Amino acid sequence: MPKGILVDYEWCSGCRACEMACRVEHDFPKGENGIMVVQAGPYQVSEGEDNWVWINMPVFTDQCNLCAERQGKGKLPTCVHHCQAAIMKYGELDELQADLAAKPKQVLYSLR
Amino acid sequence: MSGRPLTKKEDIIQVPHVHKEHQWQEGDLTVTRGSGWSGPGCHDGCGVLMYTDKDGKLVKVEGDPENPYNQGRLCVRCLNLPEVVNSEYRLKYPMKRARDQRGNPDAWERISWDEAIDIVVTKLTEIKETYGPETVCFYQGTGRDISAYLTRICYAYGSSNYCYALDGQSCWIPRMAAGFATAGGFYVMDCSQQFPDRYENPEWRRPETVILWGNNPVVANADGFYGHWFTDILKRGSKLIVVDPRITWLATKADIVLQIRPETDAALALGMLNVIINEDLYDHDFVDRWTYGFEALRERVQEYPVDKVAEICWVDPEKIRAAARMFATNGPGAIQMGLAIDMSRVGIPAAHAVSAIYQICGYVDIPGGMTPVVTFLLPDQSSGNEWVTEKAAKARLGIDKYPLLSFGVQLASTEEVLKAIETGIPYKPRACWFMQTNILTCTSAEPQRVKKAYETVDFILANELFMTPSVQALCDLVLPAQTYPERNGIVAGCGMQRAEAINKACDAIGESKSDPEIVLEIGRRLNPAAFPWDTVEEMFGAMCVEGGRDLTFKDLQEVSPGFLPFTYKKHEKGLMRPDGQPGFMTATGRLELYSNFFEQACRINPMPYYEEPTFSPISTPEEFEKYPLILITGARNAAMFHSEHRHPGRLRDMNPDPRVEINPETAEKYGVKDGDWVWLENSIGKAQSKVKVVPTIKPGILSADHAWWRPEGDPNDLYGIEKLNINNLLVHHPGDSGFGADYKALICKIYKLEEGEQHA
Repeated sequence: MPKGILVDYEWCSGCRACEMACRVEHDFPKGENGIMVVQAGPYQVSEGEDNWVWINMPVFTDQCNLCAERQGKGKLPTCVHHCQAAIMKYGELDELQADLAAKPKQVLYSLR
Repeated sequence: MSGRPLTKKEDIIQVPHVHKEHQWQEGDLTVTRGSGWSGPGCHDGCGVLMYTDKDGKLVKVEGDPENPYNQGRLCVRCLNLPEVVNSEYRLKYPMKRARDQRGNPDAWERISWDEAIDIVVTKLTEIKETYGPETVCFYQGTGRDISAYLTRICYAYGSSNYCYALDGQSCWIPRMAAGFATAGGFYVMDCSQQFPDRYENPEWRRPETVILWGNNPVVANADGFYGHWFTDILKRGSKLIVVDPRITWLATKADIVLQIRPETDAALALGMLNVIINEDLYDHDFVDRWTYGFEALRERVQEYPVDKVAEICWVDPEKIRAAARMFATNGPGAIQMGLAIDMSRVGIPAAHAVSAIYQICGYVDIPGGMTPVVTFLLPDQSSGNEWVTEKAAKARLGIDKYPLLSFGVQLASTEEVLKAIETGIPYKPRACWFMQTNILTCTSAEPQRVKKAYETVDFILANELFMTPSVQALCDLVLPAQTYPERNGIVAGCGMQRAEAINKACDAIGESKSDPEIVLEIGRRLNPAAFPWDTVEEMFGAMCVEGGRDLTFKDLQEVSPGFLPFTYKKHEKGLMRPDGQPGFMTATGRLELYSNFFEQACRINPMPYYEEPTFSPISTPEEFEKYPLILITGARNAAMFHSEHRHPGRLRDMNPDPRVEINPETAEKYGVKDGDWVWLENSIGKAQSKVKVVPTIKPGILSADHAWWRPEGDPNDLYGIEKLNINNLLVHHPGDSGFGADYKALICKIYKLEEGEQHA
């Protein structure tokens, strides 16, 4: 059954704990990683004074193997485990699809 | 705590563990459960799982999913801990240096611990006999597992000069002093942190409206407050109001943002109180039953009509009204106050005013409101108070000028200590002991003045994890300290406390020892009766008992993370006062909107008020013409804690240089571009920083990082601090209470480095 990670990006604070967790887990050299947080904004929307766009989005790279070694020990991928905003959910794609439909501002990554 | 029965081990609520013991084996690795509440790191004390290999080396750290505090989550700093613990930069041996060789990096000489301890004991004994024990000052830095040992050895030695180099003790202490003096405790936003089952606890409910006031908690490791509890409660539907000169990421999620001029928090709070009182939005029943001085507050807030406040704060008056109405009518509400409140000369009045907002709305000790912290150990984190003699207490520097220093966290006045070193009045401090505090890089205002003054002190020693600019510049002896995975300890913490042990997981680096161990070994030589313990673990047990808990250190390890039984509305149940009467632990038994204690015992304003910062467009208009920008200092980033984490490595990769944030319009006006190195300068001094152009700060306002140095740089140049330290622009000038100082609103000008000029 294909696996994936559901990300509720509305609440991604951009803390980069996922990046660090990934980098130390896999001992990636500087500049390489299985996950990277990209940012849109911040900018002020022209209408409405307190209306800002600032989106942080974790993106999985080709170096993500869903922490195969951890999974062998019954553990979650390290980014999911350590996400400080608790916005990542790992599971079967078809189950995550139901969660995806339940709330806006989410993305579902199909990874394996 | 006196008179109350000690809490027994069986009274402590434990969480379910897969592994009952705090240490177990996982394949080739040993896993140790513990808490990160000492260097390197912050005030949070997150639950961690530390992995060590068969050689006793720390190889990995993960968040402990069983710990209700962080629930498995962890930030970049502790995830990267092994790199810091095993860093080639760590101090590994005690070292001494001749007094006349201060500043010379080549003059250090490795010595044995026996010799190091003999030097300390001999020097401190000589100084005590020649000049008196009050002439030795004991310094802590950021609040972690160090205060209790530091105060014990300070007091047991005969001094009461417990010191902290931040002017006005402007970190947490103003907020706490205001809380204890006027409300009998320190109050925090109820994010269910007191319950082991957290958000699932049936008694807890979400706050309906929260105000995030002067804090960026998802970055800043607030005081005993895990920052991402904010995302937790926002996901659960709380409405958000943000008070901040900068649009933070959290501010983009807010319903209302009050982007105030820096350090005008007290004025804003008084303006919001004006709305809540004049529009009759407060909780009459609560105010009648539980507060003191409401009519005086009603009068005081008439001096702060919203339009006037809007002018002071540079925000739209309608937004102030909207925020006040939303908070008062959409309860329960809670307010998370940050460091920005403390870092103003009116830090105490600001904290008093902000607290009055939730108090008159009746959001006190109810689910989803503001809750007095549970203190597992002593709330002021000090130990050994019984050793303070009357003579020593009177000799604490600054106590005549600032009577509030006699209560609560009994620190000496930072500025008065500095002046005493410079002038010898009332006496000259002869020795200083820095316990993990990098005063020249991080804390001190006017660092060049401070350096010059401390160069005249006879003897200075430090415990440190790393060589720092302060040690390099000023110390005669340095003792290598341990990081938290290398040692045992106890967690007290500055927010809601729990029973929590710091557990040793890995072998010590070099000959390093823990701070408690260093203090115990030296303390038992200086005053054996004050240090009767053979081991630090015995000392930890005695400190639990001193805090009212009948636990040995082994018990503490077994129950960690443990919770005390919790109930709301304690003031109604007689649980807030040692005499068992209803009410709060204040002279009137009420929440004091008007403080007789402030007025009579401390000779300060009994009520909240606002004053302009030392330098501002309003207080110093002529000066402002020369230095036409407002400067905030101390902006936090996730990779670094104060002056820590600057060594080359993964954290430094995230944040290689000091930054100053500037609005695009202001950048253009002054001809600076993103990535440019600039000088920030005012009449006090100047510092370099790298420009980051952002739309999230208003035109005319800058925000700069603090505590920068380059550990990879030249030690002869003190690792660049002379050019990099933003505190060069700061002056010593604490508030009237002795608490709070203007670290968050300076004035300055900005200009590019000249062509060919090298940045530090």
